[in-house]
Amino acid sequence: MTSAPILLDVQNLTVEFMTRRGVVRAVQQVNVSVAKGETVGIVGESGSGKSVTSYAVMRILDRAGRIAEGAITFSGIDVRDAPESEMRDLRGREISMIFQNPRAALNPIRKVGHQIEDVLIEHVQASPSDAREKAIEALRRVRIARPEERYHAYPFELSGGMCQRVVIALALACQPQLLIADEPTTGLDVTTQKAVMDLVVELTRERGMSTILITHDLGLAAAYCDKVVVMEKGKVVEAAPSRDIFKSPQHAYTRKLMRSTPRIGVDLRDLLPEDMPPPAAQVASIDAATDKAPLLVVSNLVKEYPRQGVSGMMAQFFRRKNELPQSDVFRAVDGISFEIRKGESVGLVGESGCGKSTTSMMVMRLLDPTGGMITFDGDDIGAIPAKEFAKLPKRKRIQMVFQDPTDSLNPRFTAVRAIADPIMRLSDIRGRAAVRARCEELAGQVGLPEDLLDRFSHQLSGGQKARVGIARAVALNPELVILDEPTAALDVSVQAVVLNLLQDLKASLGMSYLFVSHDLNVVRLLCDRVIVMRAGKIVEEGLTEEVMSDPKTGYTRELLAAIPHPPL
Amino acid sequence: MNRRPNPETAAIAVTEPPLPTLAPPAAPARTSAQHMSFLAHARYVITDNPVTGIAFGMFLVIAFCAIFGPWIAPHDPLASNTGSALQAPSLRHWFGTDQLGRDILSRVIVATRLDLAIAVFSVALVFVLGGLSGVAAGFFGGWTDRIVGRVADTIMAFPLFVLAMGIVAALGNTVTNIVIATAIINFPLYVRVARAEANVRREAGFVQAARLSGNGEYRILLTQILPNVMPIMVVQMSLTMGYAILNAAGLSFIGLGVRPPTPEWGIMVAEGAAFIVSGEWWIAFFPGLALMLAVFCFNLLGDGLRDIVDPQRRT
Repeated sequence: MTSAPILLDVQNLTVEFMTRRGVVRAVQQVNVSVAKGETVGIVGESGSGKSVTSYAVMRILDRAGRIAEGAITFSGIDVRDAPESEMRDLRGREISMIFQNPRAALNPIRKVGHQIEDVLIEHVQASPSDAREKAIEALRRVRIARPEERYHAYPFELSGGMCQRVVIALALACQPQLLIADEPTTGLDVTTQKAVMDLVVELTRERGMSTILITHDLGLAAAYCDKVVVMEKGKVVEAAPSRDIFKSPQHAYTRKLMRSTPRIGVDLRDLLPEDMPPPAAQVASIDAATDKAPLLVVSNLVKEYPRQGVSGMMAQFFRRKNELPQSDVFRAVDGISFEIRKGESVGLVGESGCGKSTTSMMVMRLLDPTGGMITFDGDDIGAIPAKEFAKLPKRKRIQMVFQDPTDSLNPRFTAVRAIADPIMRLSDIRGRAAVRARCEELAGQVGLPEDLLDRFSHQLSGGQKARVGIARAVALNPELVILDEPTAALDVSVQAVVLNLLQDLKASLGMSYLFVSHDLNVVRLLCDRVIVMRAGKIVEEGLTEEVMSDPKTGYTRELLAAIPHPPL
Repeated sequence: MNRRPNPETAAIAVTEPPLPTLAPPAAPARTSAQHMSFLAHARYVITDNPVTGIAFGMFLVIAFCAIFGPWIAPHDPLASNTGSALQAPSLRHWFGTDQLGRDILSRVIVATRLDLAIAVFSVALVFVLGGLSGVAAGFFGGWTDRIVGRVADTIMAFPLFVLAMGIVAALGNTVTNIVIATAIINFPLYVRVARAEANVRREAGFVQAARLSGNGEYRILLTQILPNVMPIMVVQMSLTMGYAILNAAGLSFIGLGVRPPTPEWGIMVAEGAAFIVSGEWWIAFFPGLALMLAVFCFNLLGDGLRDIVDPQRRT
């Protein structure tokens, strides 16, 4: 690869943003070079400047940002000083970009086939007469089954993975020399992620294209890149061929990042940085927990949703003759049964749409089941309507940590008010000072500095918001806490700290966890047992280690195989 | 395809505390930057968009006239003097005099209070009624939504000014009824804004979290949803304020509501209109100008407030 000519060369790039609080240097003195046919990964956590670097290369920084220093050369063209008309020509035809959210990148009210045609015609790759044919061909190349039919599909009719394929088809339609993929698989399931990344690599290799993969996931970068550039706080801390970087990382930050990435054969405590002292209370209570009475028993749980527009008279009338009448209900959860014992952590794993969130909402009593029983500590709580359950004393025994720490905090509330809310409503603690004292105690337990308690949620970082959410969930000393992907929105190093915090809290407060996640690697770290769901049914259930090392069903094997593993 | 980086989030690297018990190293710096004083924020907004500053200045002048009008008016607004009727603007009468010899400048200043009061009370009334029913419709959905929605649609189905005329004519020709009529015709606007804002937050994480904390649905509506809908409603208030003034003046113009000789911009324009043909333009012009500036001021203020409230415009 080293002998190939350099396609893109970024030298000493510094990007500045003018903000209300003065100039912020988002990227400082960054050097990156991409050879022809090479795949380069830019890895870093949020705020590391990895996306800004790629925007500078495309010269699509927003008006507050400017390239302050350095040179960007793309196959002989000086990107920094090139006229806008030349850049417009370059973008799309020579350099293409894939964005994180494929649905947002597609026009929601235009058929995907037409959107591909637009790009082809815009860049004179097709004439109106053969555009349709070429668009279908482009869809076929990204391995979309039945491309002639999908040509007429609107983005909302396609799954996330399919949409990303269409975006890739758009990006590759004009045979660019460089593809910039900005977190192309974040938000997609692991199996879809694998399929999409395999496709990108295969297509770019086929055409001798260069690729820049921007990601926070070291495993992904290791699996698909020739060279990896690690960025931290706007600076490149390490750049090396990916094999070397994983074998002998030079920089402390790279090592920290690698340490905190969940991977096979690693304990939860191993994720923490080296300089962090091991937690005092290492309580292994798995054996003690197993012989205890079940806390939660779910039996034959069903949730059905009516299908829209299938059963109505108009729908009957307009149905095509050869179309089979669909059943008019959709079963999101299809008769599942499991139990959680006191002090146990159970993982509920599956891809998006498998019904794991619906299950957790029903157990949480935020959603009424269609059928089945939810027995909590001997009482059938499934029979109590969700609206009434909110006011019962039992409410405080089941709590939840939500997926998105930002969305789950009221933007108009301070942290202390968010934590105080359940205390004021459901506990015996009364009086301003007492509630405040309890909030401070909780903040101490979750490691939230007290001076942050009076801040609003937008003044807190992602990890701090996650702590507020956890403090709120444990405020009432619940017996069962449902964790709905509590770390999905966090950086890996923050995820490592939060997972350890959850483990410590569980040990010290004696709670049971139902951990809902799509990531088997994360679930493995925290859970004693794991349940794998697919299409509303449980496909596999067992002790975590057994399921991970010796999966019984093909689906679990597929899930495990799709997780990219950094070669450590 | 243009996902632009938000400079603030892209640029400020958030340092996570390595130890759960340690404060983040970046905390002190962030505290001073984030706890920006209100004055500094206001100054930033005004320098970023000078028009908002101008609008705010105009608002202060209008508010001053409304409060202190009777004291700052150079003449008695009701005192007629047939000897000096229909005089053109001069040093003695800056805005001239009308057909009864009353000083137009004084009448324009004194009228501010009445016009502003009608607008403020009608907007406050519709803010409470429309805002609450809209938020309830958006949050509860179902029958609440259907009923509130249909009521709003029914009001929208009429030409609004004609509806206001009808209400005042039916209820009786008083200032209170102008306030009620103005509130009713603005009702659909408030309902729609509040409904949309509440609806997107219906299943938000913090609402679910509030349910887990033992809050009932009404409590969630009042303590969780309403504070989030407020900012956009305040913008709506400012925007409809201009419309309310215009509506009140319009009703007076056609002879409903306020009656002469009470100084009111709409009546003054109506009275002056007859004299424009004969060349006495100032009788209708100055109250009309005051009306226009007031409406203009509130619309600009609304736009400025929207910029302040919209977090995407905050950089």
